[in-house]
Amino acid sequence: MTIADERKDLSHDEGGHEHDHGGPKGIYLWLTSTDHKVIGKSYMYTSLVFMLIAGAMAMIIRAQLTGPNNHLVSQQTYNELFTIHGSMMLYLFAGPFAFGGFANYILPLQIGAPDMAFPRLNALSYWLFLTGGVTMLSGFFTSGGAAAFGWVSYAPLSSYSNAPGAGPDLWIVAIVLTGFSGIFTAVNLITTAFYLRAPGLTMFRLPIFTWNMIVTGMLILIAFPILTAAMIMLYADRHFGAHFFTVSGGGSPVMWQNLFWFFGHPEVYILALPYFGIVTEVIPVFSRKPVFGYKGLVFATLSIGALSTGVWAHHMFTTGTVLLPFFSALSLLIAVPTGVKVFTWIATMWGGDIEFKTPMLFVVGFLVTFVMGGVTGVMLAAPPIDFAVHDTYFVVAHFHQVLAGTAVFGGFSGFFYWYPKLTGRMYREGLGKLQFWMAFVGFSLTFFPQYIIGLRGMPRRVPVYLVSDHVTFLNQLSTVGAFLTGASFVVWLINMLISWKRPVAAGDNPWDGHTLEWATSSPPPHHNFVTLPPIRSARPLWDANHPEHADYKSPGHGVEFRDEEVNK
Amino acid sequence: MKVEYRIYMGIGVFVLLITAVYFFWAKEYGGVTMLFGVAGLGIMPALYFGWWRKRMDPRPEDSETATIAESKGVIGAFPSNTIWPFVLGMGAFLSALSLVFGEWTLVIGGALLIFGAASVTLESRRGGVI
Ligand code: HEM
Ligand SMILES: [Cu+2]
Repeated sequence: MTIADERKDLSHDEGGHEHDHGGPKGIYLWLTSTDHKVIGKSYMYTSLVFMLIAGAMAMIIRAQLTGPNNHLVSQQTYNELFTIHGSMMLYLFAGPFAFGGFANYILPLQIGAPDMAFPRLNALSYWLFLTGGVTMLSGFFTSGGAAAFGWVSYAPLSSYSNAPGAGPDLWIVAIVLTGFSGIFTAVNLITTAFYLRAPGLTMFRLPIFTWNMIVTGMLILIAFPILTAAMIMLYADRHFGAHFFTVSGGGSPVMWQNLFWFFGHPEVYILALPYFGIVTEVIPVFSRKPVFGYKGLVFATLSIGALSTGVWAHHMFTTGTVLLPFFSALSLLIAVPTGVKVFTWIATMWGGDIEFKTPMLFVVGFLVTFVMGGVTGVMLAAPPIDFAVHDTYFVVAHFHQVLAGTAVFGGFSGFFYWYPKLTGRMYREGLGKLQFWMAFVGFSLTFFPQYIIGLRGMPRRVPVYLVSDHVTFLNQLSTVGAFLTGASFVVWLINMLISWKRPVAAGDNPWDGHTLEWATSSPPPHHNFVTLPPIRSARPLWDANHPEHADYKSPGHGVEFRDEEVNK
Repeated sequence: MKVEYRIYMGIGVFVLLITAVYFFWAKEYGGVTMLFGVAGLGIMPALYFGWWRKRMDPRPEDSETATIAESKGVIGAFPSNTIWPFVLGMGAFLSALSLVFGEWTLVIGGALLIFGAASVTLESRRGGVI
């Protein structure tokens, strides 16, 4: 069947399709679905639940830190909490939310495809992600407690004698399961983007969101196998008496750091690039302008991807075993394409007809937070500074501004932007804005003081500090901010509840969107499209809806192209 | 296919350059090994895409002027509902848990894996797909 036939087919037997008739219902439908929209939504909501759980852990951590010598939780529990908080936020929320959730749902729509290239593999990815997450959480129910060696599980902390029991093993298994889910999704998304594009949609007409997912997928295929290998070596050390990372048997603990960060730094970009993609979709639509410097953005993304494989040891400056100038230079170099991106985002907004709806507000929050975190990152890339503040709260503040700036502000920007497409309903604008301001004020209040706390020398991963450290007040400020941020998520839940109980129809294209996902109904039908507009630029839907301002100019052709539709 | 080929090749060659610099400057062979592997991960897919590029007809999605109606041939097999991915997932889950709880979960998990893999293959063979 050709694309045209297939789409024609869908147009007249909507509802009468074999899938909709007499097919499975309810939970069995969900268990057996291979529709990228169902899987994408499952990914999204599951990872948001993991985010809420990990966020609750952050609240406990912050409550413990309100006073110098609190006894809310024990030292061991504190270690478990920050380990699982960090691991869940990174492996189970920030990555899967964008790459498993948004990419799964939106990428096939943006390229005019009926589904992902390997729908059954896609379903398997989700099940591995879900079981991986459950495995990680179940560590709390073992007698020895969950893993407590930080999300980086440095040797020798993670050896069997230092971390006995089933909790750490469950953590290792969880990482391997979610790792495979990521690898499968990456294969799937890259194949989809390379082979299932609609006619006329050349690579250099792909939306930037799709481009970023391709590069993220390439990075996942580079980084995750190394992580999996490292986990297997760690397991062998723990149980089979191997000595990869123990000095006593001739191994080297620093080797773990090399392996881990060779995964870990690309991972940072695996977490960030998808959200860069999201904001690059939101900014042009709400500024009513095409994205500034399209090709520059694509090459910036590609060079970030390529460079990020060569900077791993900037996490290891203080081990004294790495070539400082090489890693410092490459780390500073990677700031250049990142700067190019920030520049193009601002240039896209410049002189635009900006509308500050909730998604756009979150973009502003993202820009402010991410640039702050990025600037302190450049500072940390200079070894003299890093030697002073390594493993202090300065680093904690830096990576939270980068990671949560992208995953929370970028993530919610995308969530509100595509929520009408996902559900066909509109969220409440007022509540969305309230959530933004609470999150933004709360977030800044949490992490600004932490820079100073770090400069005053408080190390990370400690549950207590001294009155004479002069950080008590700053820590209290930070805790107040954290609870304000926590409350913003309650506002989000209320918003979701109201829009679910009292639905307001959103329409197919509420934002006057530019890309193909807005060319179909909300939510899209099975296999996505009934008709497609002709594709003559990176903004096919804009061209079709605003022929007088189309990006594609060809005398005498404008009207002709506008009328050309699949079903004729 | 040209752009697809080039982005993979570009990343592969770039990492190869970094590998060379690192090799001569740092003289630390763990990093060289990992970087070299990454260069391969760029160049190998690139060669595959390059090989295909020579052998496939020009595709409408690579043409600036193609119309929607122009696409020809099957675009893909998209299975309707199927339980086997779930069975495979549970199989992988239980098998992995045997690393923590001992062999007995591997027995169940391994059985599910084999059963699921066989079924999913048969399903494609029978063409339980559109
Ligand atoms: C309301 C938002 C959040 C608050 C209040 C918060 C708070 C904290 C605190 C207090 C720590 C422990 C620091 C220490 O003792 O070393 C921590 C660690 C961490 N957090 Fe968050 N966090 C939040 C959101 C996030 C998000 C969204 C991410 C990632 C996307 C994240 C990633 C991490 C990581 C990776 C660690 C390090 C864990 C480790 O040391 O192994 N956090 N967070
Ligand atoms: Cu890094």
